[in-house]
Amino acid sequence: MGSRSRKTPSNHSAVRQNRRIKLLLVDDEKEFLKVLSNRLRKRGIEVETASSGAKGIQSLRRADFDVAVVDLKMEDMGGIEVLQIFKKMAPEIPIIILTGHGSEEALVEGMTSGAYDYLMKPCDIEELLAKVKEAAEVGDHKGDNI
Amino acid sequence: MGPVQEKSNGHYHALRRNILLTIIIVSITPMILVSISILYQFNVSYREKVEAHLKTLVKKHKQNIDSFLKEKSGDIASLAKTFTFAEMSDESFLKDRLAVLQQEYDPAFVDLGVINARGVQMAYAGPFNLGKAVYSSAEWFKKAMESDKVYVSDVFLGIRGLPHFIVAVRDNWNGEPWILRATIDFVAFNDLVENIRIGETGFAFILNSEGEFQTKPLHNIIPSKEPYAGFLKNEAELQDKITLIEREDASGIDEIYVAAFLKGGRWLLVYQQRAADAFTDLRNAFRVTLAIILLGSIGIISMAYIHSKKMVSRIVRMDKEKQIMNTQIVETGKLASIGELAAGIAHEINNPVAIMVEEAGWIEDLLSEEDIKESENLEEFKRALQQIHVQGKRCKEITHKLLSFARKSGSTVQDVQINELLREVISLSEQRAKYSNVVINKSLEENLPTIRVSESELQQVFLNLINNALDAMEKTGGNIAISTKIVSGHGGQNIQIQVADEGTGIPESDLIRIFDPFYTTKPVGKGTGLGLSICYGIVKQLGGDIEVKSAIGEGARFIIRIPLDEEEKK
Repeated sequence: MGSRSRKTPSNHSAVRQNRRIKLLLVDDEKEFLKVLSNRLRKRGIEVETASSGAKGIQSLRRADFDVAVVDLKMEDMGGIEVLQIFKKMAPEIPIIILTGHGSEEALVEGMTSGAYDYLMKPCDIEELLAKVKEAAEVGDHKGDNI
Repeated sequence: MGPVQEKSNGHYHALRRNILLTIIIVSITPMILVSISILYQFNVSYREKVEAHLKTLVKKHKQNIDSFLKEKSGDIASLAKTFTFAEMSDESFLKDRLAVLQQEYDPAFVDLGVINARGVQMAYAGPFNLGKAVYSSAEWFKKAMESDKVYVSDVFLGIRGLPHFIVAVRDNWNGEPWILRATIDFVAFNDLVENIRIGETGFAFILNSEGEFQTKPLHNIIPSKEPYAGFLKNEAELQDKITLIEREDASGIDEIYVAAFLKGGRWLLVYQQRAADAFTDLRNAFRVTLAIILLGSIGIISMAYIHSKKMVSRIVRMDKEKQIMNTQIVETGKLASIGELAAGIAHEINNPVAIMVEEAGWIEDLLSEEDIKESENLEEFKRALQQIHVQGKRCKEITHKLLSFARKSGSTVQDVQINELLREVISLSEQRAKYSNVVINKSLEENLPTIRVSESELQQVFLNLINNALDAMEKTGGNIAISTKIVSGHGGQNIQIQVADEGTGIPESDLIRIFDPFYTTKPVGKGTGLGLSICYGIVKQLGGDIEVKSAIGEGARFIIRIPLDEEEKK
């Protein structure tokens, strides 16, 4: 699929295609990545993890994702920066901020930088799941308007 | 507090004293200096004026008297020149001459007498019956015989026993000297001098070289002779001059003496007046000046008293305000630093808690499919995992509150209609209120202007207050009264929001610390001690204030005031 499918987002929706949602999880806490990806996979989500902003960008280059979940504060680069790069590389992919460092300014900046939604750590798995599904569904329509 | 208060009281007293003294000295000194210098100038020029006036007066009278005597002497001299001794010795002729003199010249001539060289009166014309009186031993006769000019005697009683003085002219007839003598009416002469009267105590008199009165002094007092003696002693120097001295008399009263010599230095015309009388205007001026200084001083002192009191009380008020402001600044600083610390902790805690919660969730996920399902401890596992979830949520609540406590400005500000916001918040709380049997009563003033605030922050404030009220009445139930209105204060219009409950009330010891962070009276696990500090921080950031009124058994009232014109002020 690669870059071609990105240009035709209307056919991209995993929900519409009735396939599993592909999610990129970026966080610098490896333990958190491990347990959260396990739980999400158990709930039918295809998860790829990246333990830093740079690795997340590499993953995004390599494969195609329906949703990205990004921490706002990581060791190598700021979450906002990652978010902005992501948006430049793949503007159609909705991004959900999941962070424990939820200062209001950062959240507002994240939202204005084009994040789809945000959640505060620790979060309820069902809540996250609902947001991810919603983003995967709606995100494409958002992409239509870009 | 005690000693500090006393110390500052002492400081204010000193300040007030300094202000008072400064005003008094700065105002009174120039007033007194100006008054004194004006008074001094006035004194000098007025004295000069009075003294010059008195001197002129005395000089004029000296001339008058001198010319009177000269005139009389001239009359008699020309009479003696015109007629011979033989002619004048005829009494009827003499009488005619006297009548002519009195008629044509002056009624001051009382009588005329013609005396020969041996002092025998040859003829007499006048009211007294003197006949052939012999004057050979009389003082005036001897002097007249020695003198080559007209001789004017001192005043004496003589044979007739009345005060009079004599004008005598010596002439020669047939080689024999003879004397034509005229007596001058003492009353007429006395009037000349007595007429010199000024003020209440001014009078004049004439003394001869022995210091005997030649005229009757107006007053019965016998003036001490000492000053006149002084004049008489210095006769040679004082000749033709008008002299003025001022000195105390025997009874200690200041007197002014003005003296001039008459009759070629043989008589002394003295004018005497009390200094107080002569310088009445000066004394009046002095009195007026004194009164002005006195009244001015009273005015200045009372003004200084009132003014210093006002100024010091204003300073006291300003100091108090400053002190309150300092405490507020310290308080705000304390809150800010605690907030930063709390936010840092919250950030660090969130990540491990998130992992813990997720791990517990993962175990839950696994439990549902593993063999362990058959284990008898499954329920216990589930309970333990549930507990991890619950406690994790508690951690989350705490950290999220810490974060909102640390939240700084920059949250989205918009125009908020406070009544609408309150209605929303109340509707959120109504479910919980129903459980606790609490009724929320609204009394909202309509048409309130909107205020520019962060809606979510203000929601948080009122949610906190309503939740606290509900907590307070959880067991008993009751009413919560929420009201809004416009009040004035702090130099402008404010919206006042009041949340009042009927709960157990807050003890006085807790009231002081109620807005301190981490201060809570709720049971462990129920409150973070941050709710009211967050409210405090938010309201203060809006430029408003929050206060609480409460006592045990009387419920609690939280009053928030938010200034309306904060925007315009900025």
